[in-house]
Amino acid sequence: MSTQKKKNEFLYFGLRNKKLLVGSAIILFFLILSLVGPWLAQNDPFKFVNPLGAEAPSSKYWFGTTFFGQDVFSQFVNGLRATFVVGLIGGGLGTLLGILIGFTAGYRGGLVDEVLNALTNIVLVIPTLAVLLIVAAYLKVRSVWTECLFIGFTAWPWVARAIRAQTFSLRTRDFVDLARMSGMKATPIIFREIAPNMMSYLLLVFILQFGGAILTAATLDFIGLGPTNAISLGLMMQYAVLWGALQLGIWWWFIPPGLAITAIVGALYSMNVGLDEVFNPKLREM
Amino acid sequence: MKKYFGRKIVIYLLTFFLAVTIDWMIPRFMPGDPIRNMLTRVSVSSNPSAIQMMYDYYAHLFGLDLPTWQQYLNFWQALFKGDLGISTYLFPTPVKQVLLRAVPYDLLLLIPAILLAWYTGNKFGAFAARSKWLDNTISPVSYVLTATPYMWLGILLAWLFGIVLGIFPIAGAYAFSLRPAFSLKFILSALHHWFLPFISIFMVGFGGWSIGMRNMIIYELESDYSHYLTTLGAPKKLIRRYAFNNAVLPQITGLALQLGVVVAGALVTEVVFSYPGIGYLLLAAIQNQDYFLIQGCFLFIIIGVLLANFTLDVIYVLVDPRTRRGMTGETA
Repeated sequence: MSTQKKKNEFLYFGLRNKKLLVGSAIILFFLILSLVGPWLAQNDPFKFVNPLGAEAPSSKYWFGTTFFGQDVFSQFVNGLRATFVVGLIGGGLGTLLGILIGFTAGYRGGLVDEVLNALTNIVLVIPTLAVLLIVAAYLKVRSVWTECLFIGFTAWPWVARAIRAQTFSLRTRDFVDLARMSGMKATPIIFREIAPNMMSYLLLVFILQFGGAILTAATLDFIGLGPTNAISLGLMMQYAVLWGALQLGIWWWFIPPGLAITAIVGALYSMNVGLDEVFNPKLREM
Repeated sequence: MKKYFGRKIVIYLLTFFLAVTIDWMIPRFMPGDPIRNMLTRVSVSSNPSAIQMMYDYYAHLFGLDLPTWQQYLNFWQALFKGDLGISTYLFPTPVKQVLLRAVPYDLLLLIPAILLAWYTGNKFGAFAARSKWLDNTISPVSYVLTATPYMWLGILLAWLFGIVLGIFPIAGAYAFSLRPAFSLKFILSALHHWFLPFISIFMVGFGGWSIGMRNMIIYELESDYSHYLTTLGAPKKLIRRYAFNNAVLPQITGLALQLGVVVAGALVTEVVFSYPGIGYLLLAAIQNQDYFLIQGCFLFIIIGVLLANFTLDVIYVLVDPRTRRGMTGETA
């Protein structure tokens, strides 16, 4: 009964939170575009369709064509799809690893905690992108999935750290002691007693990881270390810079990919703050 | 305080050890052969036995013909002597020299950009919190800025100010006609080239810090001590100052956490503007499979980040009295 009421309360404030609504609307727009777009685009993203080379947006080529005569719209929507995949899988993996390590370290304590915490701090200090660069350069053939793996395996530390701290404060509460005394095992205690108290926080963490994964992927793609067999928004920007789109004024080549990334990540951040206000009554502005 | 620093130093040493190991390991298992690459580039002669002789000579010179463990030990030994090997891409320049030439550009670009972004971002964020007007103007801008990929902002600025308006150069660190010298003309040219990469790194950082500070201040203003002060009738300005002092601590930790991201951002910004820092070198090194140069870039980045982290730890202790009293205000 009370959880029902609480849900309604979140829904009530959620539907009235401008940051959350605007953010969700932007994400939804790009998500639909990434699902429908590749189907609307008639041309293959890499195919040289326009013999005239670069051409400004027109009714035939909605976003114009590149220096080589490739369809920018087709590249854009296919890259958008890759962006969502990386955010979802890479960000999801980072969140999952962070949650597992954070819960284990925080709940077990002792030596396990010492080791996991040291590992967390080490990965936290090493500039992960530098490591990613080297590993990515080492693999000659890379897919979107390898990129997701790289990003997931390096993005978890701050999540682990934050969740560890929260688990520490929760594990000595009465209800957890009670569960332990009643003979519950550690894993069910973590997932049935501790985790539900952090659900809202975990959702926020996932949103931030989603955005972070997108930005990291864009950086890797831009340096030419992204997927070797697929188009991505970062790769579009790299080609645009390498082939003098700036000097030639082919703005329709480099504006859409960066704009989409900025809009998506910005919308995610905005959703994050909006949700925080929904879940935390103290932050609501009256 | 001893414990606090002790733990930190152990972590940094472990990190350094691990980083050096990764650093040594990965390039060595990278496919491709740097010596063969170098020989084909200079295309010595078509005589296979001559190529083999050259090959053996260089393999011996670089120590690549030794057993793997020996190479690893030698790597550490050389490291302590400050010998990072010889670049195959810029043969025969020692890697250390190549890197030391690039480092000043990185420091001059990164330090002002990071510190200024942190300072101004925090100030603006603190103003924007709970102020309807500023929150509706500055905060949305900050969201957009912090969500912008570094290279895209770089591309936009380069296009707008470099190509469309034509007031800033978009490649190199100084005019091609000049040689580095301590003259007014050179300094002005360097500043002119420095400005766009600086401002793009600064702007992305500014957005992030101001959002972070805004949220942090709101948390503080809603905490019990602020409410207590309000009921006591303390002036708003005083409460805000206390809130700021408390909110700035996580921002210092945040600066340490963000360093890796900023360095990565600087790297791609340097690529956009062809700015001759370590990022630009690293890219060239990867493209040319230059073992020693990749390792060197790596080490420099890691040592730089570790030093910066340590500096921030010291600052943290100076700023937060709790860490000095042995009450761990912030766990290691």
